[in-house]
Amino acid sequence: MRAANKAKREFDAAPWAGRTKRYDIVKEGSIALVFVAVTAVVLSLLMGSPDEPPLTFKGWALSNPDNFYVTAVQELAGTSGTATYGAPYNKASDGLNVGPLWLQKWAGVTRPVDTVNDFVITPLRTQVLSGEISAAVSQWTAASLGQKETWATTYDAAITKVEGKLSDVPAGDYGPVPALATGLTQMAKAGTLDAALLSQGGFFQTDNTKQIMFFGDGAYLDDAGTTANLQGGTWGMMNETGRYPGQAWLWLYSFWYQIPPFNNEESKPIGANADAYIMYLMGLLSLGLILIPVIPGVRSLPMKFPIHRRIWRQYYEAEGIKRKN
Amino acid sequence: MSQMWTARLRNSWQKNLPIEKLLPDDQPAYVASWIYVFGVLTLAALGMIIFSGIILAFEGPAWYHTSDIGKFVNSLHFWSVQLFFVFMVIHLWGKYWMAAWRGNRFRTWATGAIAFVASIATAFTGYLVQTNFDSQWISFEAKDGFNSVGVGAWFTVTNLGQMLLLHVAFLPLILGVITVIHVLLVRKKGVVPPIDAQPSNGKESLL
Repeated sequence: MRAANKAKREFDAAPWAGRTKRYDIVKEGSIALVFVAVTAVVLSLLMGSPDEPPLTFKGWALSNPDNFYVTAVQELAGTSGTATYGAPYNKASDGLNVGPLWLQKWAGVTRPVDTVNDFVITPLRTQVLSGEISAAVSQWTAASLGQKETWATTYDAAITKVEGKLSDVPAGDYGPVPALATGLTQMAKAGTLDAALLSQGGFFQTDNTKQIMFFGDGAYLDDAGTTANLQGGTWGMMNETGRYPGQAWLWLYSFWYQIPPFNNEESKPIGANADAYIMYLMGLLSLGLILIPVIPGVRSLPMKFPIHRRIWRQYYEAEGIKRKN
Repeated sequence: MSQMWTARLRNSWQKNLPIEKLLPDDQPAYVASWIYVFGVLTLAALGMIIFSGIILAFEGPAWYHTSDIGKFVNSLHFWSVQLFFVFMVIHLWGKYWMAAWRGNRFRTWATGAIAFVASIATAFTGYLVQTNFDSQWISFEAKDGFNSVGVGAWFTVTNLGQMLLLHVAFLPLILGVITVIHVLLVRKKGVVPPIDAQPSNGKESLL
């Protein structure tokens, strides 16, 4: 048996010297290219491609000004998603871990985002402001760190207490925070915040991190994602806007987010660190795909299932090779 | 034997991959199934992706929002990618059920699998540089996965400039090199014989 296996291995590896047939691979490639080109052209003409316009801060501030205003306050108070994120934006949290591996934290802050200045104060400073807003910026800038924190967190807590209903927020010592949030909302409504967030007062800029992070802190982007059926909990990773195929090849990555414990953020340690666990899992599975030829069991399945009998049916019939198993 | 690197490379190439192997005009008789077509279809779709991608690169990532021709070329790129993955996945499954790594063809399998993973990375960055709502959403959602394992410290999915450069330069180069190696290995090692074929079916090869 061992000798037979060795002979078979040598046979599989040796240059083929059995029956051959004429096979024009250049012609085959040319026909394939024409076929793919025609198919792609037809699909393009019939279906086009997805192109939902990007969201803008103007759209957010006009359609849901209160949510934008509250988000601006959270950026000042340091309670937004970005402000509390951790690496690579800041040191506000340790981030996710898998057992003793705290790679997010260890990688450090390489893309610093200061929500107070990057999202609110610096953009406001790029504008010609009204007297009230200008005075608010000056008051904020001149205040101590502790004072700023007290104003912003007090106001943020007051808004949270009335569940975001701004008209119900009681009067209090919130310093310039309401005026700053109002100024930023006005700026967003005018359509000037998008560019100011990107440029940060500079000229060349190709990094949209600050815009995207600010967007994610509010409800506007999240609501749009839900409407477009793009949320992770509903296989959103492989979906596309409109009636177009998305990244279907991410099905396995998306699959893990649909099942426990990965889909339960309360479940510790895996659910609470699902992003990290799934990244490791997919890394291992990708390695497994590459190493299939040396993984016992997985590498033997093709010999056990007769799918190859269909693939090589003509050859097996011509050679009179019967099924072995 | 010459000590010249150039001569040694030439001799090695001629020994392992003579032109008759690189461009054969015949194939073993068992190469008779539709499954064999999907490898070359994958390459053809990759060709279409590169062709349409080069046109898009010349005009910039926002061109297709405002131009009908740009929209068409973007659609060509989009559908070529979809076809590419369909063909590649069928090719991959076909090769799995053929146990195509047999006969010292591990490197052929491994380069194919690496090309699949590299293709996913390349396509993913493509979705990030669409400069539309999709790219906003995908970049915001995807950042958490990369950040959670520290990769996000350098691979910043919200950075359009970085993603664009990776998508049009670095990743296609990696994918292209792996694909060329994969195809050369296929030509060098030949098409794997059928699982149930025995030395007695092709004993001339061992003589």
